[in-house]
Amino acid sequence: MLTILFDGIAYGMLLFVLACGLSITLGLMNFINLAHGAFAMAGGYVTVLLMNRYGISFYWCLPGAFIVTALLGAVLERLLYRRLYAASHLDQVLFSIGLVFMAISAVDYFMGGQQQMINLPPSLQGRFDFLGVGIGRYRLFIIVICAVLAVGLQLALTKTRFGSQLRAAVDDGRVARGLGINVSLIFALTFALGSGLAGLGGALGTELLGLDPNFPLEFLIYFMIVVTVGGTSSITGPFIAALLLGIADVAGKYYLPQFGAFIIYAVMILVLIVRPHGLFSREGGR
Amino acid sequence: MKDDMTNTAHQALSQLRSASRWRIWEIAIWIVAIAAIFVLPSKALILTEIAILALFAISLDLILGYAGIVSLGHTAFFGLGAYAAGLFSMHVATEPITGLIAAGLISGAFGFVTSFLVLRGSDLTRLMTTFGVAMLLAELANQAAWLTGGADGLNGITITPILGLFEFDLWGRTGYIYALLVLMLLTFMARRIVNSPFGLSLKAIKRNSRRAEMLGISPTRRIVAIYTISAIYAGVAGALLAQINSFVSPDVLAFHRSADVLLVLVIGGAGYLYGGLIGAVIFSILRDWLSVITPQYWMFWIGLILIVIVLVGRERFTRWQNFLPGSESRRLAKAKAAAAEQSP
Repeated sequence: MLTILFDGIAYGMLLFVLACGLSITLGLMNFINLAHGAFAMAGGYVTVLLMNRYGISFYWCLPGAFIVTALLGAVLERLLYRRLYAASHLDQVLFSIGLVFMAISAVDYFMGGQQQMINLPPSLQGRFDFLGVGIGRYRLFIIVICAVLAVGLQLALTKTRFGSQLRAAVDDGRVARGLGINVSLIFALTFALGSGLAGLGGALGTELLGLDPNFPLEFLIYFMIVVTVGGTSSITGPFIAALLLGIADVAGKYYLPQFGAFIIYAVMILVLIVRPHGLFSREGGR
Repeated sequence: MKDDMTNTAHQALSQLRSASRWRIWEIAIWIVAIAAIFVLPSKALILTEIAILALFAISLDLILGYAGIVSLGHTAFFGLGAYAAGLFSMHVATEPITGLIAAGLISGAFGFVTSFLVLRGSDLTRLMTTFGVAMLLAELANQAAWLTGGADGLNGITITPILGLFEFDLWGRTGYIYALLVLMLLTFMARRIVNSPFGLSLKAIKRNSRRAEMLGISPTRRIVAIYTISAIYAGVAGALLAQINSFVSPDVLAFHRSADVLLVLVIGGAGYLYGGLIGAVIFSILRDWLSVITPQYWMFWIGLILIVIVLVGRERFTRWQNFLPGSESRRLAKAKAAAAEQSP
């Protein structure tokens, strides 16, 4: 029972790291980016490549995945995304679906369609008992990393200069520009950060979620649930939503396997009917 | 004052009438489609596929092009119609036209129920709810194996001749004629709908729903109505697919179908009904051609086309229709020229 709770928390934390980049682009920059999962997939494949082909230790692969996907995100933002910030939502949806399709077939072409495997270092394998609760070492590792990241992000957004510049740029781009804030640079950096976090999440999730070319579509719904249910006005909303989703999903799969993902979708639709702007949003907020 | 009123009403009426007049290119499209029965008998299978896709795209156009609802799960209705028609022929009656009507009604009922989900919230919420509904149905079809056959699909559908007279032949000729007739009938009905005052009020809602509301047009009931109609159309398209192939696979509810139909509409242009038709022709030929060149990776090129279309600008791709004889902008230009001649 407590083990399931623990696994659910680990899963939810992972979902949060995967989705928090999306909550920034979607929530703060108002860009419907359905291709977010493609960045996560990129991070996962970077890890697989580095570990299996070049034998680099798992611990070094994580920052590697972050940096590579952040660069990828920055390049794509400069080249493509930037042009569509002002476009209609339909255009953004079409564009990002196109990007997902391209990513899926490109990965299929270069890496093949099979599931990718990595071997975790021995120090992260196995589980131990703590007060009668079976705790997987790798899951504990994920929880620690994600908790640090979540606290760091929250502090970065609320306490640092960059965070307040970002919030200013989002609230009113023109005025922010008038005050001498380089809005387009801030957006590019933010987008890169979000993509990098997705990549890191993908790297961490390779073992837990599995990795194949269909990853972006398979998990798209989870990311979107986290962001839409959590609301887009803060980091805490998506964080709580991700935890709830993780626990519900793990518990649902354990206790009611025949319903599959059914419950998750039903709950999402219900929440969106009752609170169209998410569970934790302020009324009238952006 | 009263004179003024009747004048305005008269103007509005004549505007509606002129919009619903038949254009030369519309007639040409239908002649080509009918001629294809005799000219391209060997291509009947792909022609059938195009007709079904066109009907599906027209159903999306009704909500996207006219009411401005972006749906990411329109295949829910398509798949529901396909399963309904398949199950209907297995358990109730094997005559296709009754099955078609039943599938349309079931799908429409589901559309009516789910239409209340798209009334509230922003584009994003609508995207998520439509997407969620489609995923829910896909999951349901996958889990309820006793009814739907699960991942293996619905096998053992028997279809008797249409009205007891026309049997489906091996070359798909009857199938194409059947699909084309349904497509024509439903397109003519859709023309009537969008060119009626009701269709005009939908456009007003799409432009600015708050202003429409202040003018006394209630968006709620109109959106519910058009969403239901659109669901019926999609259900009929799915039913056609199920009946002509005598098979339903869980693929009819897959996400890529919702994306495909969006792409079809984007290629053809939304908001004038024939976009779905033209887009379906281009898309099917393109997909056929690409899957011959790169059987496994055609999705890559589809994605590339989507991105290019968006970056270049959707409206540039559909501007060609302004140059067709009898189109709105040509008429306006002519009227302007006439006015300029008269004024001095």
